[in-house]
Amino acid sequence: MNVLMTGVGGQGIILASDMLSEVMMRSGYDVKKSEIHGMAQRGGSVMSHVRFAGHVDSPLIPYGCCDILLSFEELEAARYLKYLKKDATVIINQYRLAPPAVVSGSRAYPDVIPFLREKTRNIHLVPGSAIAEEMGNARGVNIILLGVLSTLLDPPESAWYDAINSMLKEKIRAANIEGFKRGRQIQIQ
Amino acid sequence: MKKILSGNEAIARGAFEAGVSFVSAYPGTPSTEILQTVADEYPEIHAEWTPNEKVALEVAAGASYAGARCMAVMKHVGVNVAADPLMTLPYTLIRGGIVLVSADDPELFSSQNEQDNRHYARFAKIPMLEPSTSQEAKDFTIEAVQISEEFGTPVLLRTTTRISHSMGVVELGDKKGGRTPSLERHPAEWVMLPANARVRHPVIEERIRSLKVYSDASPLNVIEMGSPKLGIISSGVAYQYAKEAFPDASFLKVGLSYPLPEKLIRKFTAQVEELWVVEELDPFMEEQVKALGIDCHGKDRLPLCGELNPDIIQSAITGAAPDDGAQPDLPPRPPSMCPGCPHRGMLWALKRNKCFIAGDIGCYTLGFLPPLSAIDTCLCMGAGINHAHGMATVFGPGKEKIAAVIGDSTFYHSGITGLLNLAYNNGAALIVILDNSTTAMTGSQDHPGTGITVRGERTVNLDLENLVRALGIEWVRTVDPYDVKQARKDVKEALAFEGPSVIISKAPCVLLKSRKVPGRALTVDADVCTGCKVCIGLGCPAIEFRDEKAHINETCVGCGVCADLCAPGAIGGEK
Repeated sequence: MNVLMTGVGGQGIILASDMLSEVMMRSGYDVKKSEIHGMAQRGGSVMSHVRFAGHVDSPLIPYGCCDILLSFEELEAARYLKYLKKDATVIINQYRLAPPAVVSGSRAYPDVIPFLREKTRNIHLVPGSAIAEEMGNARGVNIILLGVLSTLLDPPESAWYDAINSMLKEKIRAANIEGFKRGRQIQIQ
Repeated sequence: MKKILSGNEAIARGAFEAGVSFVSAYPGTPSTEILQTVADEYPEIHAEWTPNEKVALEVAAGASYAGARCMAVMKHVGVNVAADPLMTLPYTLIRGGIVLVSADDPELFSSQNEQDNRHYARFAKIPMLEPSTSQEAKDFTIEAVQISEEFGTPVLLRTTTRISHSMGVVELGDKKGGRTPSLERHPAEWVMLPANARVRHPVIEERIRSLKVYSDASPLNVIEMGSPKLGIISSGVAYQYAKEAFPDASFLKVGLSYPLPEKLIRKFTAQVEELWVVEELDPFMEEQVKALGIDCHGKDRLPLCGELNPDIIQSAITGAAPDDGAQPDLPPRPPSMCPGCPHRGMLWALKRNKCFIAGDIGCYTLGFLPPLSAIDTCLCMGAGINHAHGMATVFGPGKEKIAAVIGDSTFYHSGITGLLNLAYNNGAALIVILDNSTTAMTGSQDHPGTGITVRGERTVNLDLENLVRALGIEWVRTVDPYDVKQARKDVKEALAFEGPSVIISKAPCVLLKSRKVPGRALTVDADVCTGCKVCIGLGCPAIEFRDEKAHINETCVGCGVCADLCAPGAIGGEK
């Protein structure tokens, strides 16, 4: 299984992909994950590859092999189309952050759904950021989206709570579990 | 016990298990997390951020001379800074094992070049290990310490971004002993005068010959026979990509990649029909294989530039174009200086004074991007001051407005000598030290100017203004970059001064807790905004231009620089 997470530096993608990896390792899979830190994180595009199976060689997902794309931002969902498998599941957080060319007014923010439709009909827009705002913490969007993703994967709900409890500091655990549950309530096929 | 670790965390773990007791480093992507992990997780190991990589390697060498196992950690270009001690260290007697970690950056995710540091192993005549997974990153670190002590040589542990920053499952082990320091004197082996060094050089040559034999027998170099039709010699993450692309092929997996296992290469060659060397960047192994008289494919079809992946390898070997489909033309999203970054105001002030701005390595290099377009050069750590001095000297006094910007951490790394040179040689450039009290680009590491060590202990807090004066600079002023109008005047005054001048632009990084911004977003009164775009010229990601008006989005932290510059006074709210 190959999961690609995309978005913008600062959205908490790395923590989300860390948690996914932890849960999958605890469920007995070999796991490899790859992403870029450093300069690329300063508000730039971020992509994290997570792969789990009985045995994994490459930490990068080969083109055309991504089963699930979880995008934290709308435009970023279409930046890495070559990785998508035909009819891959695409989950897009309904959130738009203008890139520099849009900020300066030289380009319009594009509608990316038609590009994705050429690869898959299995596209789900989810209100992760709206839920995070409603819960009073915009930065909690990562755990909500992880909750959405969790419904598509094998491990039981409890495995995710075990990971949250072991990876997060006590004072933020309850809020994260709450956010995760809100994400799980979003029904996607 | 199993744990998911990044390659960097695994190297730190390996150092712990190998009984390493001293680790030194200068932050640099993708190597930074190694020392950070040592400091956070292994309190029994001494950890220190050094001002630069030369210092990191030399203090590690001292620890080794005292009998301790040690590791010096840096990014690929950092090894250039440490190259002076590196070239002579192998001549000297090694007591405690010493490992040099070089984290290379194929694809230049966060670097100024993509040099292939495997050449350093050959250049310095030291053995090199290249892990291909997090598990190997840990295991090879332990092996590197053993080889170092067995052969009395520094060992290069070479990773790349995809090893350092990828995560994988690692089986943890226990700490296997350590060494007790003791004072010894070995003048013939430690005092590298010509007479002594001349005697030591043959020792290195003999050592490399012994290491060739070791490389052939080492379990780090292994033949994995599959189909004999295709044979692939590979190392590092490229091995994993090749394995993904051709799971049925035969492999010579090289873990100890200098000196190469020549007998094993010949044996493997004899067993396969078509031979490929698959490696990122330079044909380092390929050229050595060819020098053995063996014909093979490699860089005739594989790219010399950028990182590899399974698809690039597949298409190179099969000759079929990679199936990457059509990609829509989307607006790019390059990294940018954060909303509220204190560098923005000072770069604007320099720009408004029509300065040529020699840049350096740090977040402020991102000021290169339009619309700010404020950085005119960027070469390597510490170069900006020297560029400015060279240019200003050639033009002569009063001809052009030449300035340089350099961050505080970069100034301590290699800016001090440049400023000393500028003062000594009666230079006239304006040098701006962008002091944000941290090493920001690599994720906020402390340094000699912050008064805090890597473990959070209090230490000497350098007085930057006094240091600058001590170097011979008379005109020094500390400026608040958020007060942009005043900063612009200060820059003008500094440029008018006959002789060298230094502005210390002082405000904490906006990502630090000590930041001096309110953290609440400002707003634009659309009825007052004239759409003049002065605020847009700051290149702040929080200010968008829609329907001929400026809009401030929720990423704004209220630094107020745009409000100060807004002539009609349309921006307000929190300031």
